Amino acid sequence: MTFFLEQLIIGLSSGGIYAIMALALVMIYKSTGHVNLAQGEMAVFSTFIAWSLVQMGVPIWPAIFLTMAVSFVGAIVLERVVVRPFAEADDLVIVAVFVGLFLGIHSLAGAIWKYEVKPFPSAFSDGSVNLMQDLSIRIHTLGSLATTGAVLAATWFFFRYTRLGLALRAAADNHESSRLVGINVSFMLALGWGLAAGIGAVAGVMIAPVTFLDPGMGLAPLIFALAGALLGGITSPFGAALGGLIVGVLEAMISANVHYGIEYRELLALMLILSVLLVRPAGLFGEIVTRRV
Amino acid sequence: MLKSTTALVMGLTLASGAMAADYDKGASDEEIKFGAIVPLSGPASAYGSVGSCISAYFDMVNDKGGINGRKISVSVQDDGYNPAKMLEHARRLVEREGVLFIAGNVGTPTNSAIHRYMNQRKVPHLFLTTGASKWDDPENYPWTMGYIPSYAAEGRIYAKYIKENMPDAKIGILYQNDDFGRDYMDAFIDQLGDESMVVSKVSYDTSAATVDSQLSTLKESGADVFFNVSSPKFAAQAIRRAGEIGWEPEQFLVSVSNARSAVLEPAGLEQSTGIISTQYLKEPTNPAYANDPDMLAWREFKENYFPKASEGNWWDWSCYTTSYTLEHVLTQAGDELTRENLMKVAASLEGFEAPMLLPGITVNTSADDFAPIEAMSLMKFDGTNWVLFGDVIAVD
Amino acid sequence: MAMHDLDMTHVNPETRKLTKSGLPLARLGYGGAALALVAATGVLEGYELFLASAILSYAIAAMGLNVLMCYNGQLSLGHGAFFAIGASGAAICIDRFAVHFALTPIIAGVVGMGAGWLIGKPALKLEGVYLALATFGLAIATPTVLRSDLFSEWTGGVQGLFLLINPAPEWTGLDLDQSIYVAVVLYFLIFAFVTLRLVRGLNGKAWIATRDNPIAARAMGFDVTRAKTRAFVFSVLACSVGGALSAVAVQFVAPDSFPFFLSISLFTAVVVGGLCSPLVGPLLGASFIVMVPNLTEEIWQGGSWAVYGAFIIVIMAIQPRGLAGMLAWVRAKVTATSNND
Repeated sequence: MTFFLEQLIIGLSSGGIYAIMALALVMIYKSTGHVNLAQGEMAVFSTFIAWSLVQMGVPIWPAIFLTMAVSFVGAIVLERVVVRPFAEADDLVIVAVFVGLFLGIHSLAGAIWKYEVKPFPSAFSDGSVNLMQDLSIRIHTLGSLATTGAVLAATWFFFRYTRLGLALRAAADNHESSRLVGINVSFMLALGWGLAAGIGAVAGVMIAPVTFLDPGMGLAPLIFALAGALLGGITSPFGAALGGLIVGVLEAMISANVHYGIEYRELLALMLILSVLLVRPAGLFGEIVTRRV
Repeated sequence: MLKSTTALVMGLTLASGAMAADYDKGASDEEIKFGAIVPLSGPASAYGSVGSCISAYFDMVNDKGGINGRKISVSVQDDGYNPAKMLEHARRLVEREGVLFIAGNVGTPTNSAIHRYMNQRKVPHLFLTTGASKWDDPENYPWTMGYIPSYAAEGRIYAKYIKENMPDAKIGILYQNDDFGRDYMDAFIDQLGDESMVVSKVSYDTSAATVDSQLSTLKESGADVFFNVSSPKFAAQAIRRAGEIGWEPEQFLVSVSNARSAVLEPAGLEQSTGIISTQYLKEPTNPAYANDPDMLAWREFKENYFPKASEGNWWDWSCYTTSYTLEHVLTQAGDELTRENLMKVAASLEGFEAPMLLPGITVNTSADDFAPIEAMSLMKFDGTNWVLFGDVIAVD
Repeated sequence: MAMHDLDMTHVNPETRKLTKSGLPLARLGYGGAALALVAATGVLEGYELFLASAILSYAIAAMGLNVLMCYNGQLSLGHGAFFAIGASGAAICIDRFAVHFALTPIIAGVVGMGAGWLIGKPALKLEGVYLALATFGLAIATPTVLRSDLFSEWTGGVQGLFLLINPAPEWTGLDLDQSIYVAVVLYFLIFAFVTLRLVRGLNGKAWIATRDNPIAARAMGFDVTRAKTRAFVFSVLACSVGGALSAVAVQFVAPDSFPFFLSISLFTAVVVGGLCSPLVGPLLGASFIVMVPNLTEEIWQGGSWAVYGAFIIVIMAIQPRGLAGMLAWVRAKVTATSNND
């Protein structure tokens, strides 16, 4: 029983991280209609910025907030300079641009901060809480799950109840109509990027204390976050977050209990995505889009 | 009288012409060119600093006047740890850039891809930065030579130690799912002889985020000895996690991942107390070597030529030893800079003392021994530093 | 967004006017190019032949992927998996069954198509972002699966498998590099021919129709699913064959030869080379992914991929039709000026 609970906790710990990253993906998708493949690398880059701040002596929480602000601004600049010129381009061309960003940001992080592994301080305490004999949960895990909840609540509230959120969704859905209604579409797109980057920065500083920080840190979480977002519905913050948690728990369960589970982790994530998408392309909680013929 | 003097002078001129230097492609009166192919991008990039190190080292050599009056040019290439790419670079270096030899390359699958090529073309493939045992095969591959003690040999040391001191051990192994991890593990198990001693083997892929699940499985198996065959990042995670879940086995850690600042500190020094590992080099982070002349030399090199080196990164100190040995080989080759002579000199190192090697360990090669370093020392972490114990162990 | 403005399968009527003999310049050009490729066997040596073999192998894969992405409008970031399957298939054939290297691409192609059918069935039902992400996942999963115990026995495990390739028989006078190159060129020419026929023939028109307006196409009786499947299978076949040839050229396979990055590279080759350019695009794209990393390394060794990424973005910004588009633009300018003379 303890073993099972231990796996569950491990799953929730990684799942919480995937959930936050999934929320960043939801944010970018809902506001721009595209999935930014470079989201993971941007999150890692942000985490490195936070690391540098901490090295300079800034305490962890101010460093995190500062990083979120820098990421927000940086992403807006990136959107304006690099992504905007491709606003009317073909989907595949845009993906090529994302690929370019992915490679570029990853390489830049490596060039600036090198590839050696760096420890990263937890925003919460370093200790653990003992739940019962031989079973403990890291305080960091509890903190990160709480953060996931907070980000989820904020995102959901933003899209559901604020005018800005509504404007953002409208802009993504239909440029022309939105403009006619007076929405500044170009500002919305930039804002979407900024917010997604801010969320990504939070994801990064939650992951790094667990996995240690290095330029390659973002890839595995990205793929599981994608799986989670697709599973839960890339248009639904709640769905994506839940999806992330489910994927985390499933991953842990499979790794521990299925023969070859660990080796086939990514393949299983992929198969999971495919199975769900075949039955419910919009994911568990996503919006189903009907097309008029 | 004049005639005989002229004759003498002419004779001497002719004679010196006959004794002129012998060069293969890549060597000349002015320079020696060689290549090094390492991963500077992709998941294995942490190992790529070997390339920058070698390059920096020979910058230093050039500043001191070069070798036998010749400048050394190093062409460092990035293969991203892709075997196909290493072949491409090797072919270009040999066939287009015309290097005399290639040295210091990283990785087993990558070097395997050029193994036959280098031997077919008869180009020295020297001092590879990988511990696979297949590089010590002068009979079939006379142009390839390893350098660092083989992973297999190290794995055997641990297995022997466990059999002697903990014969009832229940062993759990965490290994990286690649050539590095498997090389260690296979030799370890082979040396144990009794595979039932291993109660659990779990692997991880370098693309993994954490190894938490693996540690749970190991603990659950009831193992009381933990053989940790992972790269620095995952080694640190594993050690830390073991502590978190209350698993307290006897721990054996591979030498590539035992640097105090890069691995044990993030893992937790208290948590790391008692871990056993091996080493053949002096570790910069160990205060015992603070005033050691080798260490001072390395620090000077780092400060002036290789500032981005990190004291915690094994790849950044081991390359100094490798480069020093290479410098020695080139110096010994003198003016006979042919590939054949280079291999001959490289295969005649007897008791050569390269810097940073632990006392009692020297570099030895011969016509049928292409494994330059074959000795290691066991050591135990006391909570603050690594402490050597036992004799230097010679491995085969 | 309509993709027909990216369609470059039609020969520019302007160009037709230029040749005196009345033969479409295009056909003359293709024949000449094919001859040049074959003749290169005698001109190039060792390293260059090896490089050319590598580029042509990727070009074959890119031709197939281009058909999928342009005509099906389906994005795949995971075709490296099929490349890997083709390469591993070739490796097993050579290592275990002593099959002649020149035949391995055929076997690899068949095996690849089998895998493609398995993966394609569900994949074809997905669209847009979902397909992109699912294939992205496939790309990431591939190296891990190859390294696993289940497959390592067949693929040489983590250490890799060396392939013993025998050169062409003595009487041809070809050395190993040349033998391999000749085989690669032959497969390339066959694929080029097939691709052009597919794209310009009825298949191509069906594909364009289903891409631009699948609903209308269905309404008119086109079997959209069949058309899409055909394109998918072709893309898989091409990648498997390309993979097999590249394994032969390198004479070695290991799981590390197929990182997730490979899939990204294939995608890059198609889009940067020029989407919807059936032949020139893949060739230019393949050259890009093989040669440009060496160039970027010269520019900034520590951050070569940052430069590479920047190149991709800049090329896309200047010309969404990629390098082939740039070439066509240059050619149009040249013919326009010569027309004015």
